[in-house]
Amino acid sequence: MYAVEVDNLTKIYGKGDTAVTAISGATLQVKPGELVAVLGPSGSGKTTLLTAIGLINEPTHGRVVIDGVTVADEGWTTGLDLKRVRREKLGFIFQSHNLIPFLTAQENVMVALEINGVGKKESKDRAAALLAALNLGHRLGNYPSALSGGESQRAAIARALANCPKVILADEPTAALDTENGQNVMGLLKALAVENHSAIIVVTHDHRMVEGFDRIFQVSDGRIINGS
Amino acid sequence: MNLAVRDIRYHKGRFILTSIGLGLLIGVVMSMGGIYQGLFADAMSISEATKADIWVVQQRTNGPFAETSRIQEDTKYRVALVPGVAETSPLSFQTVQTERNGKLFRFFIVGYDLKGFGGPPNILAGRGIKQAHYEMVAAQGMRMKPGEVIRLGLHDYTVVGVTGKMVSSGGDPVAYVSLADAQDIQFQNDNDAIRNNRERIARSVAGIKTLSPTQADLLTRTLTSATESTHTVNAVVARMAPGANLEDVQDRISRWNHFRAMTDAEQNRILTMGLIEKARMQLGLFRIILLVISTVIISLIIYTSTIDKVRVIATLKLIGAQDRVIVGMILEQSLLMGLLAYGIGFCLIMLTYEKFPRRIVLVAFDLQVLFVIIMVICTISSFVGIRKAMRVEPAEALGG
Repeated sequence: MYAVEVDNLTKIYGKGDTAVTAISGATLQVKPGELVAVLGPSGSGKTTLLTAIGLINEPTHGRVVIDGVTVADEGWTTGLDLKRVRREKLGFIFQSHNLIPFLTAQENVMVALEINGVGKKESKDRAAALLAALNLGHRLGNYPSALSGGESQRAAIARALANCPKVILADEPTAALDTENGQNVMGLLKALAVENHSAIIVVTHDHRMVEGFDRIFQVSDGRIINGS
Repeated sequence: MNLAVRDIRYHKGRFILTSIGLGLLIGVVMSMGGIYQGLFADAMSISEATKADIWVVQQRTNGPFAETSRIQEDTKYRVALVPGVAETSPLSFQTVQTERNGKLFRFFIVGYDLKGFGGPPNILAGRGIKQAHYEMVAAQGMRMKPGEVIRLGLHDYTVVGVTGKMVSSGGDPVAYVSLADAQDIQFQNDNDAIRNNRERIARSVAGIKTLSPTQADLLTRTLTSATESTHTVNAVVARMAPGANLEDVQDRISRWNHFRAMTDAEQNRILTMGLIEKARMQLGLFRIILLVISTVIISLIIYTSTIDKVRVIATLKLIGAQDRVIVGMILEQSLLMGLLAYGIGFCLIMLTYEKFPRRIVLVAFDLQVLFVIIMVICTISSFVGIRKAMRVEPAEALGG
């Protein structure tokens, strides 16, 4: 079973004369434990593809299946709790880490767990363990403002991993980092894909960062033009 | 995890400062309520201290606290003879404004019959009035000590005792003197005026050619005595005998010419409805305006705070946070701000209310109602922030 299946996905913004097709007829499958890059220039439609898979942006046409659950088929699946699917099956990593500024690194991870119904004590222990595994054990009580760019992104990765998601979606995760930190983060994602058996889809425009990825999808003008 | 508390902890300086500002506003609202209750207590203080059942005043007037009421002092004997009346006492009231220590000094004089009632309700320092003349008991608000002397009219008066927080309906502190002294202060003319008056009467009488010298002299003395008499009071108060019917006594006195008999309840109604009604409405309006201002301020604070957190809210939505988590964060923050502001306002008033120039009476029920109103305002105010938060798209968390 695929972790992610996208079949003939199309997203059109607006109507009539002002309609803009952001992504058209995209089809891809990602297996658990697979590390996939979606590569393309700005405005090519890669983030639209990511947001459709991430249950943020309703596809105009096509089908999206996450871990065996059909979440969209010519529109969102009726009666499906999208937030719950996001909580339980998806993890997000952002361009700028998007850590909550008034929570410490540990609390930022805890919040993802508590939202998913994990108890306070357990979420505290799991958050500490996750951050320690990402070499942030000494930064548990620090606010994001006190963390470096690389540390912040690792804390954000810890938050994305908190609920052991089947799919991790990363939107330009290295854009705000220098080359060294960017490569470290990408290395970390590769390791996590193998260790956690999670499908990881990374959207980026930086060719240098996708070395060692299992597959790379090239997107241009709203179409997947090459999937290797 | 309580996100509202975490946010407050992180931005505690801003939160505390905002709450202090709001607390000052709420403190003003509390003080307005206290001033209203104080007005009420002030208006009633003399009436309550007198403990009269019936107030006999000049016909077609609303009594000495509302307008001028003059009746003869000896009315007390007539009232005392009414079946059901146990005791009577003539009272005189007037406001005096003089100068003391280079500053204007305004107070309210109550003159009472030393053998009757209507005098100071208690003595906190010194003693009560024992001599018929030139002694005074001052209320605390006059800030006079036993032994101090003050000149009123033609004579010096010595403070012999201090009573509690007695004030007039206008908020001026009360001074008690004997009825004779109060009548002198109110009605006694100075020597020049007396001489002029006697001369005028003598000339008028001299103009009546039909009078013999003896008759003219007698008439002059009679007229002079009548015009120089100070035996006038503003009200005669009466207490009922046990078991007597108040309405019967009131009906009986009301049938007399030239007098109106009011029950204590009627007197109090005139005091509260007549004298402080406008002030009450004004204070009420102020309170409403201040509460509306508070609502607008809290709404703006919560809205601005929500705008600051758009990315946080978008991130929370993206990671699957339920609406109740986001609504709870905004609502709890608003309520906590209201709670802290109320506490600050309450402490402020508790620390300062005795220093206000007018009496502030803080009533527990009023404060509880205000607390509920503040909490409702905070809840309503948070709606604008919640509305904004609910419109935030998870996609706003994406991008740089």
